[in-house]
Amino acid sequence: MKLKDTIHRNLPGQLLILLLVVIAIAMSAHATGADFGLFIRNHRQMGIFMGYFMRPDWAFFSRIIDPMILTLRMAVVGTVLGSVTAIPLSFLATTIVTGNRAVTGIVRLLMNIIRTVPTLLLAALFVAIFGIGPVTGVLTLAVFSFGIMSKLMYDLIETIDLSPLEAAESVGANPVQIVVWSIVPQISHIVASYILYVFEINIRASTILGYVGAGGIGVVLNSALGLFRYDRVSVIILFILAVIFIVDGISEFFRRRLT
Amino acid sequence: MIEFKDVSKKYPSGVMGLKGISLQIGDGEFVSIIGSSGAGKSTFLRSINRLNDITDGQIIIDGQSITAANKRQLRKLRRHIGMIFQTFNLVKKSTVQKNVLSGRLGYYSTFKSLIGWFSKKDYELVKDALERVGLSDKLHHRSDQLSGGQQQRVSIARTLVQQASIILADEPVASLDPITTQKIMADLRKINQELGKTVIVNLHSVELARKFSTRIIGLKSGEVVFDGSPVEATDEVLTRIYGEEIFKDGEDDA
Repeated sequence: MKLKDTIHRNLPGQLLILLLVVIAIAMSAHATGADFGLFIRNHRQMGIFMGYFMRPDWAFFSRIIDPMILTLRMAVVGTVLGSVTAIPLSFLATTIVTGNRAVTGIVRLLMNIIRTVPTLLLAALFVAIFGIGPVTGVLTLAVFSFGIMSKLMYDLIETIDLSPLEAAESVGANPVQIVVWSIVPQISHIVASYILYVFEINIRASTILGYVGAGGIGVVLNSALGLFRYDRVSVIILFILAVIFIVDGISEFFRRRLT
Repeated sequence: MIEFKDVSKKYPSGVMGLKGISLQIGDGEFVSIIGSSGAGKSTFLRSINRLNDITDGQIIIDGQSITAANKRQLRKLRRHIGMIFQTFNLVKKSTVQKNVLSGRLGYYSTFKSLIGWFSKKDYELVKDALERVGLSDKLHHRSDQLSGGQQQRVSIARTLVQQASIILADEPVASLDPITTQKIMADLRKINQELGKTVIVNLHSVELARKFSTRIIGLKSGEVVFDGSPVEATDEVLTRIYGEEIFKDGEDDA
């Protein structure tokens, strides 16, 4: 039996692609000077870090509760602000709603630009404008959430069942009525789960934002690292891990009930 | 009364959907449109409520041109024209009540419909319409929990609350089994006879057209090739126009 008569008929092509991927990895490792030997040669450094890391400074825990609450608040406000602005605007980013390629194109372009700006750069920018503090963090997270949310939303709206829209049109409904009566019920439960998803991402992102002084647990993490207090870093990371674990669990629970 | 005055529809691809159609459909008629796939049945029906724009001629409904209507006038005209679709076109996640009530949207301002400020009279209309199609007990069910036949009856109820004087049905039974098909067609006939509404149905099956309608219009390549009573639409006549093909279509899908 020849290969092309079996289910493996694409095998030569697939092997070729695999080969190309391997070559690409090797070439980029070479170009960036990635040296896996570093892992072994620097094992002493690693040992010191792990030594502290494995003995967490539990007493420090009481001092990171407030920053963590601040982080959670920032994530909540950021998520809400970002979603509230992204959700209505994303309808304009679909030809289904606008019926106009130019409008849709412009709205999408703006959304893509916003999404492309790296979060850290955005945070640095807001620090420069509004100074250090949670307001900066909230604004950064809001813009970040807007970027993700708008993209998820317009992709979602493009996939809906168009037939009820036709029915609404046939009874004489106007465009706003069509959106609210025929599109929103189709996507509302998915949008709710998207909001929870963005909230999860925001908690992770907000820890990083502390690096540029945007407030919350990240600030504490950054200073502990700067002081080589790996015992404290350890507590902070464990705490973040626990919080994300809990939030993931809660949002997973709600998302399952929503769909 | 619906008047087609030399109506043509040319698609951007250059294909002619409709070719110089002129005819009148009087109030209270039950008209079946027959013809094979691609004959222009759907285009014909959808040009009546302007879900499809025509490229030439005029369509006049009760003395008012729907072809020349602006957006606002068009929405107003559409309130009087109900439509039933092959795929039911309900919002599946919404309840039966909400789907039927949506037939009233054309009568409400954006604001009122957004906050769901509907009159008591309209809720009564919904109740009555569901009673008429035998689905009173499904008021709060989600639409996707219903069978195909039930969903189609919900969409019939939607046209009833619309209080439309004309009901267009685009292949309303094409995705239903034979028994349900008979029931849906009987429902349409009842609405036609008891409420005096004009019903225009696209059908694949000549049998159904003969059994239920008072008038049959045959289309072929966008032209009217037959227009007469079911009695006149004999096997002989139809075979001469279409060939044997036309009688097999009832079993086809699209």
